Amino acid sequence: MSGGGIRPSMSFSDAARETLKNRTLRHNLGFATRTICSKREKVVAEIADWEQTRTAGSMLKDEALANLEENLLILEEKVVAAGGKVHWAATATQAVEIVAMIAKSHQVSKVVKVKSITSDEIELNDGLAAQGITALETDLAELICQLADDSPSHILVPAIHKNRDEIRALFEAKLGVRAETSEPAALAEIARTHLRQKFLEAKMAVSGANFAVAETGCIGVVESEGNGRMCLTLPEVLVTIMGIEKVLPKWEDVATLMRLLPRSSTAERMNPYTSIWTGVTPGDGPQEFHLILLDNGRTTVLADAVGRQTLRCIRCSACLNVCPVYQRTGGHAYGSVYPGPIGAILTPQLLGMEHKNANTLPFASSMCGACYEACPVKINIPEVLAYLRGKTAKNPAESSAFRAAFWMMSDHRRFSAALKGRRLGVSIVSGLGLVKGWTDSREMPEVPAESFRTWWSKRGQ
Amino acid sequence: MDSKELILRRIRSAAVTPALHKRVPVEKRPASLEAFVERVEDYRATVYRTTRNDIESLLATLCENKQCLTPEQFDFFIFPAQSDKDYSHADLALFDTTITMCAVGIEESGTIVLDSGPDQGRRAITLIPDHHICIIRADQIVATLEEALQRLDPTRPLTFISGPSATSDIELVRVEGVHGPRKLEVILLED
Repeated sequence: MSGGGIRPSMSFSDAARETLKNRTLRHNLGFATRTICSKREKVVAEIADWEQTRTAGSMLKDEALANLEENLLILEEKVVAAGGKVHWAATATQAVEIVAMIAKSHQVSKVVKVKSITSDEIELNDGLAAQGITALETDLAELICQLADDSPSHILVPAIHKNRDEIRALFEAKLGVRAETSEPAALAEIARTHLRQKFLEAKMAVSGANFAVAETGCIGVVESEGNGRMCLTLPEVLVTIMGIEKVLPKWEDVATLMRLLPRSSTAERMNPYTSIWTGVTPGDGPQEFHLILLDNGRTTVLADAVGRQTLRCIRCSACLNVCPVYQRTGGHAYGSVYPGPIGAILTPQLLGMEHKNANTLPFASSMCGACYEACPVKINIPEVLAYLRGKTAKNPAESSAFRAAFWMMSDHRRFSAALKGRRLGVSIVSGLGLVKGWTDSREMPEVPAESFRTWWSKRGQ
Repeated sequence: MDSKELILRRIRSAAVTPALHKRVPVEKRPASLEAFVERVEDYRATVYRTTRNDIESLLATLCENKQCLTPEQFDFFIFPAQSDKDYSHADLALFDTTITMCAVGIEESGTIVLDSGPDQGRRAITLIPDHHICIIRADQIVATLEEALQRLDPTRPLTFISGPSATSDIELVRVEGVHGPRKLEVILLED
C-alpha cells in the first residue's frame, strides 16, 4: 500500500467491504471526525458573513481558472524575475523526472519533504527511490505512514486511522527508541529528536504549495509543526511541486483563502505557520528555487463544464470529516491519496472515467449533500457525483436515469417543479427501479403526496 | 511540442467562460488589542503588556540564564545577548532564545507576521532555537487579514506565526511543540 498514488486497485465497494471489517479503524475515525466537526462549527460561527466568504472563495477560484493561461504565465515571469526556475510537467512521470534531475545535478541522495498530497499523487517517493534517492517525510503523520509502509488515509491528518498505541508500537519497532508513554506529546518529542539532525544536514527539500499568487510570484505553504519552515528555510535547494489550479490572481486573495482554509481544515482561526516566499532572497533561505507546475490530468478536468468546479478545491478536507461514507470506510477504501467526497470526484476525473476502479468512486456516496454544505469554496460535489455516475452507468436505462437525475438536480427550479409535479420524479425512480443491482441493496421509497419543499413553503405562509 | 506549450494549449482548448470576481474592499476598523491578546493566548502563547520604560527589565527576567540571540538591528539592551553574525545552522541550535521585532499583528486570527526585516533577521534565527520572544508595537496590530496584506511586501520572505509549533496528527489531540519553537512569548509595547 505504500507510495500513495491515485490508481485504485479494486472497486470502491470491494475495498470498502474490507475496511469496514476493521473495528479499530472505525472507532478511531468516528472519534476524530466528530471532534474536528464540533470544533469547526465554533470557529466558523465567529465569521459573521461566512456564506459571503465562501462565495468570494468560490468566485476568486473561478476567476483564477477562467484566466489560467494568463495567470500561469505571469506567475512564471515573476518567479524567474526573482531568481527562481520554473518547470512545466504534463504528467506525473515528467514531474518525478525533473525532481530527480535536480537532485542528481547537486549529487544529492537524500531529500527532506514537507507534507504534500500532490507529491503523493505523483508517487514521488517511489519514483525517486527507483533512482537511488531517498525522500524523508518530515510531517509527523506522513512520517508515521512512511515508517508503517502505509498510505495516507486523510488529506489533512494522513494517519487518522492509527491510534496512539499503534503509533507508539511503530516508533519503538522502527526507530529503536523506547517511548515512556503513549501520550501524543511524548510521541511528538520522539519525532522531533529523530528529525532534528536530518533538518540541519539536508541539502535539498521538496514541498507542495497551498497557493501561488500570479501578480507577485509568491508561493505559500500552510502548516503546523514547523517541519515545513525547516524544509523551506534550511536546505540550499528547494523544489516546489504545484498543481496548476493552485494559482490565485491577486495578493489580496490570500486573505479570503486564509480565512477559509484553517477554519475548514484544522478548525483553527489560523494554523501555526504559513510561509510565503518569492524566488530566492540573498542571505535568507535556499539560494536555488525550482517551481514545477503540474498538469497530470487537470486540464482535462478544466475542459469539462460540470467537472471543472472540482479544481476550486483547496484541500481542506472538511468534506471528508462530514461524510457518512468516509466516516465508516476510512480513506484507504478510496484507493487514492484523494479520499472522501472530493476524492470520489477528483480521482476519476484525473484518471479518466474509463479507469475501471476509479469509475466506481462516484458511487461512494449517499448523496446527502453534507460535503457541499461544508465546502469552503462551494464545490457542488453531489452535482458532480450524479454527473459522473451518468457517465459510467453500465446500461442505457441506468445511464439515462442518472442523466435525468443530474439534469433535474443541477437546477433548483427544475428540481422543485419535478417534485411538485411528481411526474419527472416518478419516472426517474421507476427508471432506476428497472435496473437490477440498484434495487438489490436499496428500497425504492414511496413518492410522498406532497414534497418537503412544498410543505415548507406552505408552512411559512 | 514541449510540456509548457502542451499544457497551455490544453488550457486554451478548455475554453473556460471568462469570470471576473468582484472583490469587495473590507471596511477598515480600529484593531482591538484585547481581542488580539486573547487570541494569541488561545494558542497557548504567553503575552506580556508593557511599555518602553519597563521592557528591558522584563527581557532581563525572561532571558535569565539563557543563551540569547538577536537580529543585527535590535533597539533594546539585553545582557548578554549575541547579535546574529552569519552563524551556521548548527551554531544556531546552541542558542536557547531568539528575540525579535515583527512586521504586523492580525487581530482577527491572533497572528504575528515576520518579514525578515533588519529588526527580525533571517528566517532561520526564529526557527532553530526553541524559544522565540517577539516584540510587537500596538500600532503594528491591524484588525483584518486584508489590512495586514496591504501593509506587507509580498516579495519579502514572510512567516505568519499563530502560536507555538503544534501538531494534531495523533488522534487530533493538539500538542504544542514539534519542530519549530516550542515556546512563544509575545511582548506588546503599548507606547
